[in-house]
Amino acid sequence: MNRFLLPLSIFIVVVIFLGVGLKLNPREIPSPLVGKAAPDFSQPQLYDPAKVFSPADLKGKVWLLNFWASWCSGCRTEHPVLMELAKSGEVPIYGMDYKDQHDEAMTWLKRWGNPYPVVGVDDAGRVGINYGVYGVPETYVIDKQGVIRYKQIGPLDPDTVAQKILPLVKQLESK
Amino acid sequence: MKWLMLIALLWSGPAWAGEARPLADDPAAEARLKHLAVELRCLVCQNQTLADSNAPLAEDLRREVREMIAKDMSDKDIIDFLVARYGDFVLYRPPLKATTTLLWVGPFVLLTVGATALIITLRRRAHKVVDVPVTDEEHRRVEQLLAEGGKRS
Repeated sequence: MNRFLLPLSIFIVVVIFLGVGLKLNPREIPSPLVGKAAPDFSQPQLYDPAKVFSPADLKGKVWLLNFWASWCSGCRTEHPVLMELAKSGEVPIYGMDYKDQHDEAMTWLKRWGNPYPVVGVDDAGRVGINYGVYGVPETYVIDKQGVIRYKQIGPLDPDTVAQKILPLVKQLESK
Repeated sequence: MKWLMLIALLWSGPAWAGEARPLADDPAAEARLKHLAVELRCLVCQNQTLADSNAPLAEDLRREVREMIAKDMSDKDIIDFLVARYGDFVLYRPPLKATTTLLWVGPFVLLTVGATALIITLRRRAHKVVDVPVTDEEHRRVEQLLAEGGKRS
């Protein structure tokens, strides 16, 4: 009996480590920007390139910044969730069209609906780099002081919205 | 006919051979970019460096680094710029921090544990080997067996 005790305990420890490793997602890299001021930008708007979209306009509001593109399949998955959230009116979602073609982005929004009050255009992906975006879709929760409070890597799903985004937004609103 | 073709082939060579165009106007800047990019990880294809990757983001980041080099920023400033945005993950050599101690110390801990276990087992085994006296009778038998074996071969 004693002979098996040591190998068995080593085996259990290894299994626990591997189990934890399986649950980790290597694609989710913790952002160093959470808790820091949202990087500033002023980008032309998709619907009216003469106007600019800048986070400074949104000081005093809790809002979401969603990086998306018409070429991104994850954005298509996420889109109904954004539409639902926009319809609920709980929190405004501002869009950033990341490295996209103008016409294709317009067609995409026309076809699937537009959840954004304003969409900025990030042609060269510079805003994306400043926000540490490495794959669309990515969504940031930004508070009244313009500080990033949460970063969602990959598509938002109804569970994440209900359990993480909305409670966080409520908490930030009450501050 | 064959000769003519061969001559034609040899002649046409210089026509389409051109000198490879340099990647950037400034070879020194490109060398610095190369030197930096092998230390940085591509965020999209995580097992490639920024230098190896063809992902659009890697191209953008190389462009960004190129611009910072043009602005004459130091290597440290450029790396800090990327770490501020993407975290320590962009570094191929993770820094020694509280969160990365296990990563750095872990292999040595495992080595020590393994070496100790090996030494303990070897010592125990040495104790287990007991001297068994061989009688004269047995000696004779061994010699006999060996002699027989010698004949057979």
